[in-house]
Amino acid sequence: MKVRRPERTFATMDHAIPTRNVDIALWPMDAAIQVRTLRENCEEFGVTLWDINGPIQGIVHVVGPEMGITQPGMTIVCGDSHTSTHGAFGALAFGIGTSEVGHVLATQCLLQKRPKTFAITVDGELGKGVTAKDIILAIIAQNGAGGGAGYVFEYRGSAIRRLSMANRMTICNMSIEGGARAGMIAPDETTFAWIEGRPYAPKGEHWDRAVAYWKTLVSDEDATFDRELKLDANKLEPMVTYGTNPGQGIGVTGRIPTTSELEDPAERRSLLSALDYMGLQAGQKMEGQPIDIVFIGSCTNGRIEDLREAAAIVKGKQVPDSVQALVVPGSKAVKAQAEAEGLDRIFSEAGFEWRGAGCSMCLAMNDDKAGAGKYVASTSNRNFQGRQGPGARSLLMSPIMAAAAAVNGRVVDVREMMS
Amino acid sequence: MQPFRTLTATAAPLRLENVDTDQIIPARYLTAVTKEGMGKGLFSGIRYHPDGAPKEEFVLNKAEHDGAQVLIAGRNFGSGSSREHAVWALTDHGFRCVIAPGFADIFYNNSLKNGLLPVALPEEVVNMLWDLVEEAPETIIVVNLTDQSVALPDGQHHHFEIDAFRKICLLEGLDDMGYIMSKEAAIEAYEAAPAF
Repeated sequence: MKVRRPERTFATMDHAIPTRNVDIALWPMDAAIQVRTLRENCEEFGVTLWDINGPIQGIVHVVGPEMGITQPGMTIVCGDSHTSTHGAFGALAFGIGTSEVGHVLATQCLLQKRPKTFAITVDGELGKGVTAKDIILAIIAQNGAGGGAGYVFEYRGSAIRRLSMANRMTICNMSIEGGARAGMIAPDETTFAWIEGRPYAPKGEHWDRAVAYWKTLVSDEDATFDRELKLDANKLEPMVTYGTNPGQGIGVTGRIPTTSELEDPAERRSLLSALDYMGLQAGQKMEGQPIDIVFIGSCTNGRIEDLREAAAIVKGKQVPDSVQALVVPGSKAVKAQAEAEGLDRIFSEAGFEWRGAGCSMCLAMNDDKAGAGKYVASTSNRNFQGRQGPGARSLLMSPIMAAAAAVNGRVVDVREMMS
Repeated sequence: MQPFRTLTATAAPLRLENVDTDQIIPARYLTAVTKEGMGKGLFSGIRYHPDGAPKEEFVLNKAEHDGAQVLIAGRNFGSGSSREHAVWALTDHGFRCVIAPGFADIFYNNSLKNGLLPVALPEEVVNMLWDLVEEAPETIIVVNLTDQSVALPDGQHHHFEIDAFRKICLLEGLDDMGYIMSKEAAIEAYEAAPAF
């Protein structure tokens, strides 16, 4: 059997690889075997591979858009749940399991049921220090980690329209944490300007035809949705999660709920189990919570815009000796751009480790793992038990909140550091 | 794929909500390039102490639930990562059916591709089942896919929904590939048409 459309199939290395510059001979045996297997398969079946040894490589959801592969109107699948990221371009993009990856490789098709539709409208203006990450964490806190099951989200409204592509990707990326397999934003001039000129973007007359088509990919004015949710951007504040599912998040000035505030017995059970794992107390504030590790990176927040904003917070400050802080660019291109702008020096001088591109401590499938009981201020997407290492305790937040936590050794309200 | 018709088995109650696929099988097990033996990592974070000794209080470590082929769990089961390893870990351990109030979409699809039947029942039924099998672990549950029902020894029958096409695939042990390949002409026509 062959790969049906090798020219429409791409591979890169992100999950299992170390982000320190080490020879593959020194890697853990199973990661080395996995990488070698990928190389052999891509070679045999004629699939383009962006190898860790080459100039292009990184997290698949950073590299794909960067190369201009991700375009409006496409259906994009990958054996990774954060494929929802690509919905930021008006593509229908979702994660699939290994069996379905096989079906796509062989046939370029998947059997699908039409999902239900869910409009999430965010109007208004974000305050200082409030970011796209806070929008999506607030949506999930409100709608629940399973609230989007069976739906595809469409994010709309004036606050969404004003976001950069990097910020739109952050939001669509975490659709899956809200239970939706996919989340989309209608393409507009911001989208077209971002794609134009990238290696796989349409060129010349083909570009004009593409843009004309892409402009049609918007919901009708009078479209109706199976469900709707509205959020006021003006009322949002920086978010922090306290629990073990991404819906367990609060504003930085808020308090962890108490069981008496929760009516639903299942929610109460979830809260108690989360607090037990996290070593936190019901009713406590997250502001002031000491942290041990800071991880800035991942397919949620490993783009150049994320690193610029985080660098602006840490510039001239110091990470305390008690804290380990990592910055892991989402791709080699992000890394090179950051180095050209001197961001690597800002981070290094502040006491951060400056790493190579990969998934790193987002999922502890490589050698970047948080120890048992450690609190991790993390810009990634999942605070599941053991996600960042057995026993590790993840606090999800935005890049600027993580940067602020790094230089203070505890969770702080980043707005107080921004004048 | 192993067909699924009727399952007559005992059940294990997992009284947890939002069980994510990292809990079902942590990422450190994913570098394996084959499925075999995945059951060893099943629920490892909550099933074993850091030194590898089993946690006595965890349901799968209790002798009375040995051999259970039905897992009864809380809402939003299988959330998170798309790793099919989560399904392989459950089936390798011996589970053939998971009953929960709701499932994450990707996990649900992955289950159907591997002969693991995901059965969504109302939360109050799941609560009742938890109480029942905790009280009487020897309770035999009959999951009948043809009838789309879960039957209990006291005569209770609970109906569940499943997509008609998926049901046939499970009953016959068929995967999607053959069906998709039978649509070759339609695929070729689609590919020949310009995208815009």
